[in-house]
Amino acid sequence: MEQVAFFAGAIGALGGALAVVALRNPFYSVLALIVHLISLAGLFLILYAEFIAAAQIVVYGGAVMVLYLFVSAYVGGSEEPIWEAIPGQRLLAPLLAAALFIEVSIAVLGTGLKAIGERGPTLPAGFGSPGSIGELLLERFLVVFEAASMLLLIAAVGAIVLAGRRREAGPGGAGGPGQPGERSGARRDQPSPAPPGTPGSGAEEVAR
Amino acid sequence: MAIEWYLVLSALLFAVGASGVLLRRSPLVILLCLELMLNAGNLALVAFSRSLGNQEGQVFALVVMVVAACEVVVGLGLIVAMFRRRLPLDVDEIRELRG
Repeated sequence: MEQVAFFAGAIGALGGALAVVALRNPFYSVLALIVHLISLAGLFLILYAEFIAAAQIVVYGGAVMVLYLFVSAYVGGSEEPIWEAIPGQRLLAPLLAAALFIEVSIAVLGTGLKAIGERGPTLPAGFGSPGSIGELLLERFLVVFEAASMLLLIAAVGAIVLAGRRREAGPGGAGGPGQPGERSGARRDQPSPAPPGTPGSGAEEVAR
Repeated sequence: MAIEWYLVLSALLFAVGASGVLLRRSPLVILLCLELMLNAGNLALVAFSRSLGNQEGQVFALVVMVVAACEVVVGLGLIVAMFRRRLPLDVDEIRELRG
């Protein structure tokens, strides 16, 4: 039973991963990644990691993938051109990946790890449950937890700065009818594109 | 199932993700392939956590998820900024850091 579940999850995860790489439309790649993530969550469940599996589905399969879908729909499903930028790239890349796989497999299986070839110990009840993970996270790994939350906060602020700057500079730079409220925001952001000088302004003119 | 099955699957997923990073040119798909590689690492962490009977690997996997979410947020912000500036969404054409 466990083997059936493992192979079902493994085939789903591997098929999803291959589809992410092979499909040419980014929108379909995102959908394939959702399949991959859900099968991986199944594998986590076999490994007694209930909380990780739930977080995988809710955070990854839910929130992050919705973000991806919105951005890929916003950017547009532009298909990549067939031509290769580097000659032989289409041949070399899988070759290098296969070499990487063989290398990692040798490194992992040849290490003489004691755990290799075993199923692992019988686990206590509640292993990997939200309660025990939360206890570990808030007691032993409190600093890690706080650092992760700070990292998320910084990333959110960074994303707002990155994605929002151009829009504020647009109406402010476009001239008179811009709202006074946005004016101050545009003026505050003006110095950061300015130092590159002429190329930056040239790019903006091209953009318009 | 012995743990080496999970480790080999994790190595395979990592290699597929790496081939995607090498092969594809759209920054969006490259980010997706980075997700594949991070998830392969997560699978190995959770498998080791199972085989050692130790939950710390799962906490590590959770932190990897947080880092992946941050990477996604910043990367997608960059892609949106590139799109707004009418830059081509092709990593072979964007070779310079200045926009």
